[in-house]
Amino acid sequence: MTTAVVRARMALLEIVGASKWFGATLAVDDVSLSIECGELFALLGPSGCGKTTLLRMIAGLEIPDSGRILIDGVDITASPPYARPVNMMFQSYALFPHMDVAGNIAFGLRQEGMDRRHIAARVGEVLALVQMSDYGARRPRELSGGQRQRVALARALAKMPRLVLLDEPLAALDRKLRAETRIELIGIQERVGTTFLVVTHDQEEALGMATRIAVMNRGRIVQIGTPAEIYERPGSRFVADFVGEVNLFDGELTTGFNCLALTVAGFDRPIPLPSDTLLPEGAAATLALRPERLQLCRERPGGFAVAATVSSISYFGGASTVHLAAGEGRLLKARLPSADAGCLSRGTAVWASWLPDDGVVITR
Amino acid sequence: MIGIGRLGRLTLIGLPFAWLGLFFLVPLLIVLKISLAQSAIGIPPYTSLFFDDGSGLKIQVSLANFVLLVHDDLYLRAYLGALGNAALATALCLLFGYPIAHAIARAPKAWRHLLLFLVMLPFWTSFLIRVYAWIAILKPNGLLNQLLIATGLITAPLPLLYNAFSVELGLVYSYLPFMILPLYGSLSALDECLIEAAADLGARPVRAFLAVTLPLSLPGIAAGSLLVLIPAVGEFVIPDLLGGADTLMIGKVLWDEFFNNRDWPVASAVAVVLVAALAIPILFAQKFLEQERTA
Amino acid sequence: MTGRHGVTAWRAGALTLGFGFLYAPIVLLVVYSFNASRLVTVWAGFSTRWYGEFARNEGFRAAALTSLEVAVMAASLALVLGTSAGFSMARFSRFPGRPLFGFALMAPLVVPEVILGLSLLLLFVAGESLIGWPQSRGVMTITIAHATFGACFVSVLVRAQLAGFDRTLEEAALDLGARPWTVLMRITLPGISPALVAGWLLAFTLSLDDLVIASFVTGPSATTLPMAVFSSVRLGVSPEVNALASLFLAVVFVLVSLAFWLMARQERRRPDPSPVPQAPQAGEG
Repeated sequence: MTTAVVRARMALLEIVGASKWFGATLAVDDVSLSIECGELFALLGPSGCGKTTLLRMIAGLEIPDSGRILIDGVDITASPPYARPVNMMFQSYALFPHMDVAGNIAFGLRQEGMDRRHIAARVGEVLALVQMSDYGARRPRELSGGQRQRVALARALAKMPRLVLLDEPLAALDRKLRAETRIELIGIQERVGTTFLVVTHDQEEALGMATRIAVMNRGRIVQIGTPAEIYERPGSRFVADFVGEVNLFDGELTTGFNCLALTVAGFDRPIPLPSDTLLPEGAAATLALRPERLQLCRERPGGFAVAATVSSISYFGGASTVHLAAGEGRLLKARLPSADAGCLSRGTAVWASWLPDDGVVITR
Repeated sequence: MIGIGRLGRLTLIGLPFAWLGLFFLVPLLIVLKISLAQSAIGIPPYTSLFFDDGSGLKIQVSLANFVLLVHDDLYLRAYLGALGNAALATALCLLFGYPIAHAIARAPKAWRHLLLFLVMLPFWTSFLIRVYAWIAILKPNGLLNQLLIATGLITAPLPLLYNAFSVELGLVYSYLPFMILPLYGSLSALDECLIEAAADLGARPVRAFLAVTLPLSLPGIAAGSLLVLIPAVGEFVIPDLLGGADTLMIGKVLWDEFFNNRDWPVASAVAVVLVAALAIPILFAQKFLEQERTA
Repeated sequence: MTGRHGVTAWRAGALTLGFGFLYAPIVLLVVYSFNASRLVTVWAGFSTRWYGEFARNEGFRAAALTSLEVAVMAASLALVLGTSAGFSMARFSRFPGRPLFGFALMAPLVVPEVILGLSLLLLFVAGESLIGWPQSRGVMTITIAHATFGACFVSVLVRAQLAGFDRTLEEAALDLGARPWTVLMRITLPGISPALVAGWLLAFTLSLDDLVIASFVTGPSATTLPMAVFSSVRLGVSPEVNALASLFLAVVFVLVSLAFWLMARQERRRPDPSPVPQAPQAGEG
């Protein structure tokens, strides 16, 4: 292979077996990850899963107890934060209160020894990028939360780092602003082409923004994939449950009705599994089924169906979540457009059905 | 902070540590050493610790000074007098300072900083001069007596100066801000909701105060009391300017031993005993001040 | 009635009495400094005579200059030492001798002044006989003494302000390429500037005001203003001292108001705290 091709294949960020202890707690447990140039990568997980610690290790604000971190193939594990080609947008923005907006953005450039004219030009460039061109002389305390966030982003982009880290970038914004800002962030990232690594606990944020997601739990990475892969093909119970709503059926494999099925407690008939399932008879498995895959009708449809009673309906504007009591003491969740759910009410008897290939088999 | 490096740490810690070691800790040791020496003619006016009588370096210590302190009851009376005056002053500071601190803590937010500033301002204007001002007020023909006579409350001037009354007044006047500030700190940190909860549960204002406010302000009371008591015990200026012939406080005794009697070893012995007596309160004060900070 | 915020009769009364007590002597001093009569008891009309007498008094003038000289030097020295000490105590949670250091920083704040003065003088005397330094006591020894207890006061203020300082600002600066010393100088110290200003002013005022310690450690050549006032006052009430007192009050009032105004301005400059938490605690996230 030629050197050029090798270089192109080299990951931008590579983490190899990183671990970090805080006292007796293992915050990051043997994490390995690689991120390509130009990605908008998300680290998703509940609080306490180690994602922020991992982010801080990449930034250089924490040193891993074991493992290595490489950027463009260069080992930066022990490098101090000011020597890394990585910049961070902090959750609290961390804008310097005693400098104006332009001063904040210029700070990093001044550390490089750039001359004044180039600094001024660059500051103007990034301010235009985040649409804050008129705010150069303002102080942070004069800005709104959303404006401060733009300045924080501009400051992180000013030095054209190889990797920009964003710590819960949308957490402080209200819902509407969150959606708009998410789209803007994607636009900026595409325009500038810098690799972004976003840490978030909000799965909607991760699914909506990222090109690839790594789901973390208890210091470990449990699954890496595109948003669609994570959502449609969860690899573990945790991922299935954490990302979006899900119906989970635990049982044992059995054969019958020309396909593999799952005997599940509380259901009188086995539940058919997807056609590509390759598991031995008697093996324990879990079937994950997304609520939007359930079809509800009053008459018994052909094919596999389960009798259920509506126990509650949660209205969410365009769509509604219908909770059903089925079998013996089992609860199912279905998601329908509200127009269709309108005819249902508490106690209505329905048939819930789905196609075998709608579900995903999980063995962990 | 990340990356400050060993040399940086060494400088930041070492510089003040060395300074304080040399100019605070070592002097205390020297005081101890000289308290074990004898007064002598010459410069310096005390015998040295080491001497060579031809057969090697020897140490000469004398406990004569401490013996003197025990035997001459002047010193014991002075210690007790100082302690008594200081304790009374502390109690009075608490009595007067608590309502003031409470009032400031409950004042509208915008006023609080201003009020604290006004409390602190006298503290920042010459202590000596303010004490001296009281002389003009408390003299037999001073302002207070004139006022009282003019309003007909008394016919002859009251002896308000050069006695225990003026000393206590001076102590309370000078040390009041030291009581108010920690009290304010404690009281302002008190969550209003707790008082409201007490009221909601049926407690009247006095009861709510005794059961909720007072106990929760104990750290402030303790810190303030120590900040007043400890320095007040060794106070010199106030007993000297405002005290009379029968005012006996150890700070003044130390000064007199040193400047008037030129007996440095005895003065040192007085100091050693004073520090020893105050050692436990000082350690308590350190504990409380640390707690206040981290609370 | 139950303790709500606001002004009640009790509180207004307490405050009035309290402040009246604190300020009465001061007000009287100022008033009587303009009294044409020498006697406190008699008001003989308005006059600035005593200010003139004070200004002409060689002894007081020299003492005032000495005091100012010492105060400026001591306050500056105290600022450097105290900031270094306060920073160390706030940021370095473990180092050899930390309990002793903490004690040495706190004790001078409470130990009676006579002890501080005596012990320092004995140090200087011992030093003179052992190693020949200090050769003579005066401005330098007073400055050293004042800087020592001034540093302790400054360290308290610095430590308190550092406790509330947002450390993510330092992390952001490091992240943007600043070396640790640059972060200290350009981010941390500006961030705690109210404590630095207040600290210098406090050390300055304490130095200017000190009688006991200066009396112990000084030499024949140096007389500070409090020492001059003290010896003058022992001889009896003298009106020049009233004038001096009023001038002193005016100067301090201006300085302290300035410091207060600067600090209030600094407070207003801070942005509102963001609704999200700051740097994550160890083990979270």
